[in-house]
Amino acid sequence: MAGHNHHHEESFISKYVFSQDHKMISKQFLLTAIVMGVVAVMLSIFFRLQLGWPGESFSILETFLGKWAPDGVLDRNAYLALVTIHGTIMVFFVLTGGLSGTFSNLLIPLQIGARDMASGFLNMLSYWFFLVSSVIMIFSLFVEGGAASGGWTVYPPLSALPQAMPGSGTGMTLWLISMVLFVASSLLGGLNYIVTIINLRTKGMKMTRLPLTIWAFLVTAILGVLSFPVLVSAVVLLLMDRSMGTAFYLSDIHIGGEALDVTGGSPILYQHLFWFLGHPEVYIVLLPALGISSEIISTNSRKPIFGYRAMIGSILAIGFLSFIVWGHHMFVTGMNPFIGSVFVFTTLLIAIPSAVKAFNYITTLWKGNIKFTPAMLFSVGLVSTFVTGGLTGIILADSALDVNVHDTYFVVAHFHIVMGMSAIFGMLAGVYHWYPKMYGRLMSTKLGYAHFWITLVCGYGVFFPMHFVGLAGAPRRYYDYSSFEFLDFVADFNPIISVFAIVGGIGQLFFLFNFFYSIFRGQKSDANPWKSNTLEWTTPVERIHGNWPNELPVVHRWAYDYSNPAYDEDFVPQIVPLKAGEEEH
Amino acid sequence: MKLFILLVVVVGIVAIAQLARVYELTARLRKTKEEDISYADNRLNAKLWLLFMVLFYAGFIALIVKYGDYLPVSASAHGEGVDKLMDFNMYIIIAVFFVVNTLLFVFASKYYYRKDRKAKFFPHDNRLELFWTIVPSIVLAVIIIFGLRTWNEMTGEAAPDALRVEVYAKQFDWTVRYPGDNNEFGLANYNLISTTNPLGIVTKEGIVESLEAIETELATLKADVENERGVLLREKAEIEEELHPSHGHGDGHEMSAERKAHLEARLHEVESALNSGNTTVLSEEAYEAKKDKISRLERHIQRIMEIEDFSYESNLRAWEAGTDDRIVKGEFHLPVRKEVEFIFRSRDVIHSAYMPHFRAQMNCVPGVPTRFKMIPTITTDSMRLVMNNPEFDYILLCNKVCGAAHFNMAIKIVIDTPEQYEAWLKEQAEYVAKEETAPAVEPEAAESVEVVVADSQTAIVE
Ligand code: HEM
Ligand SMILES: [Cu+2]
Ligand SMILES: [Cu+2]
Repeated sequence: MAGHNHHHEESFISKYVFSQDHKMISKQFLLTAIVMGVVAVMLSIFFRLQLGWPGESFSILETFLGKWAPDGVLDRNAYLALVTIHGTIMVFFVLTGGLSGTFSNLLIPLQIGARDMASGFLNMLSYWFFLVSSVIMIFSLFVEGGAASGGWTVYPPLSALPQAMPGSGTGMTLWLISMVLFVASSLLGGLNYIVTIINLRTKGMKMTRLPLTIWAFLVTAILGVLSFPVLVSAVVLLLMDRSMGTAFYLSDIHIGGEALDVTGGSPILYQHLFWFLGHPEVYIVLLPALGISSEIISTNSRKPIFGYRAMIGSILAIGFLSFIVWGHHMFVTGMNPFIGSVFVFTTLLIAIPSAVKAFNYITTLWKGNIKFTPAMLFSVGLVSTFVTGGLTGIILADSALDVNVHDTYFVVAHFHIVMGMSAIFGMLAGVYHWYPKMYGRLMSTKLGYAHFWITLVCGYGVFFPMHFVGLAGAPRRYYDYSSFEFLDFVADFNPIISVFAIVGGIGQLFFLFNFFYSIFRGQKSDANPWKSNTLEWTTPVERIHGNWPNELPVVHRWAYDYSNPAYDEDFVPQIVPLKAGEEEH
Repeated sequence: MKLFILLVVVVGIVAIAQLARVYELTARLRKTKEEDISYADNRLNAKLWLLFMVLFYAGFIALIVKYGDYLPVSASAHGEGVDKLMDFNMYIIIAVFFVVNTLLFVFASKYYYRKDRKAKFFPHDNRLELFWTIVPSIVLAVIIIFGLRTWNEMTGEAAPDALRVEVYAKQFDWTVRYPGDNNEFGLANYNLISTTNPLGIVTKEGIVESLEAIETELATLKADVENERGVLLREKAEIEEELHPSHGHGDGHEMSAERKAHLEARLHEVESALNSGNTTVLSEEAYEAKKDKISRLERHIQRIMEIEDFSYESNLRAWEAGTDDRIVKGEFHLPVRKEVEFIFRSRDVIHSAYMPHFRAQMNCVPGVPTRFKMIPTITTDSMRLVMNNPEFDYILLCNKVCGAAHFNMAIKIVIDTPEQYEAWLKEQAEYVAKEETAPAVEPEAAESVEVVVADSQTAIVE
């Protein structure tokens, strides 16, 4: 693939639909993720209406949800279905498929100096698996009995037994099928990313000269390739328990007035399998965002990223550790306390590389010359949410404390801030920053400002108070908090949180408008609008197959020579040869 | 409120449309490039970071003041250690939160872009990096050591004389069992669960009752299936075809006399069944479903026959241990300052027994009993004084999503003085109470406490 570079005429279909060009596939991922994101945000607003004003009637609910919201009041089962699909879409479709799919595809070939992915065909397949699984997931909202409702983790036996809840019927089957296809997409994508990064780097692009984005994508892809197959096993065993009379996860159950015919399995087995993926998954979500923000913070501070090697080291350390901490999700399943202790230890270890990253970001800002592009604002916001959310992880990692806050709103606050907000910020930052590479135009800066400040304030406004709700003992996945006197205080919080959620959701219109409007009417971009060092800015603005019209660029230095005192300009692209006597950093 | 939301939506959308128009016009006028962030814009964002920081911190502090101590003091012994650990960790993370966020926001706001400046070229500094690797490591080591010490204290073995209480979950309520005078729980088996035996306790009577119920159901099902009209008609046709082949091939294979007699007898049976008027008419699916159910019930019987009548752990025959167990719903009592070891079980899906006032939680997993021990330290009455709330009650609520009524699955806990507890326990009926000796449930207690006994007249029908 690499090396050939002829311009043949392409049909509309091969250019826009079944494209094998990484830049087009990246845009396909992005657009799909935006659609999925809009759905997921809308779902969250629907159930936030119920939480904010329990039992009140909202005609908008009836309009959208029909029989699931009779008289405008959300049904109890539908509430759980919405929460489940919201979480599933956000984690898997927006922040895994969407985030990695968009930016790994766009940036890997462009930043390492390759003409395309190692296999354009697998890359295309990866997108189509992703699209089909997205469609199935959305479709599952409309089937009899409703969508899967057992939470995004779909623990059996709840998810294994259609008798247990309406959402465990057809909706659950579709959820599982969708996930299998999703994993296929991730694996195809991930293998391609790894192979491309290892094999197709241009001349001079040593591993130690790779931008941190690429390091992050590489480790992310490795995590995915190693952990997603385990999810498939979990899911396939669950499908078999559901439809083939096996009992991998079922034991001693009496339900629906009848003793279950099969027995001998363990529901806990599923949790081990699920979280063996599930924890690496949160880093699959987070690492690309961290890589993106490293790049953007360095570029817009006009400073080298501080501690490049330490940043790589911490990405690797986080990646490795993420495989041996899954038990921290299972402290109260009756797991042996000693094993619990081991997981406490490994989990808290992750805080060390995370702290290193946070301090390195901050030091990068120190004495910088910071240009506040919207991408930069989101990246700085990401550092804040990463720190704020990461700190509460210390509480959750401490088994003795987790007993008390496990499955409460404290957890909801924690993961939304550290994973939800951070990764979304990273993704949005990436969109603003690399929009010129996708569409040859720039998004509006002013609208970007409005978008950022609304999103930051509303994001913290929604999730920060949830810490207090959880610490006071309010469980998550509750349809209504008015049944118990000691939870009456939740009524102080919920309407305010919901208003923040609604305003924040509407604030996303700034982004949507800006995004689609600028495709057609945005200002035409220069080749290197942010004065950045990395290779993607050496390609022509008019996107072409093969990325570089002539020879591939040759790399002479690392990606972070910003404000190098040896040069007048405050940036030195990677293709600029070292001066005589200049030492590389 | 709804109006307000609608208003926000409408205003929001209008505002955005307007903004977009204004933006387009001004951009044309200004002829500036999007990527050239003006001095004014950089400074504005720099100031906004500071403003945001102040508002954020103010909001945080207001929340701490108003809601920082929402749960009352821990009502369990280990909970005091947990609370100390929590406070310790909270102080650390809140301090780090302020320090790191402040550095971030202040740097972001201080070093905004100015044309005449050049950023400091500062690619790395090993001493600095070592410093912020080692300091967090030390802090985390302390957190880990302190945390694991608390964890080990709370998860150790329960004292041998601890009170053992079984908490049993099902969609969507809780049942609690006390072991009775022999201090041993009777064995339980999910195959014996019925409306009169909600926990499936293994007793001779329970087994007989279960088997009888299943046999009765089986008999009806079998009768239904055997007398299915369509099936009978088909069988009749088949037999007749075999007895009197319509196209006589005459290929010499004579039917044996034995076979013939058998067929004729069967034909007679089928015909008399058809004429008896007891036939049923079932759809294909209903017929299959019934046959399916028959085989399930047969396996169910099989499993009941395999139930061991012996507990190795306690050296007791099951049907002796279970008869004096006491089973309660609606609320359950525990004596103060006595160690209690909970044993959690679930009948259907995973639930979680969450007791926030006791800093206690454990999942209830079908097929895998789990345990948690604690020592309640404050009686309900004292806690009401502490809280200055005469209505206050401890509660155990479900904290693992388990279905539609998950949000409403709770049981009241009452912490008594030892005397109150003994008195309360005496009032609870034994599981297999002889009818004549069944203790009279006092009307007052009967209102709040639903007592389940094997006696079908007083049993709670689910
Ligand atoms: C539009 C902004 C968002 C709002 C208002 C929102 C709100 C919520 C709320 C209230 C819950 C229910 C918590 C519970 O009852 O357990 C929830 C669940 C969840 N959300 Fe979000 N969320 C938003 C964005 C996100 C993002 C960006 C992510 C990406 C990580 C995310 C991932 C999840 C997950 C994984 C769950 C758990 C679902 C479950 O319980 O199975 N959310 N969200
Ligand atoms: Cu985890
Ligand atoms: Cu439950």
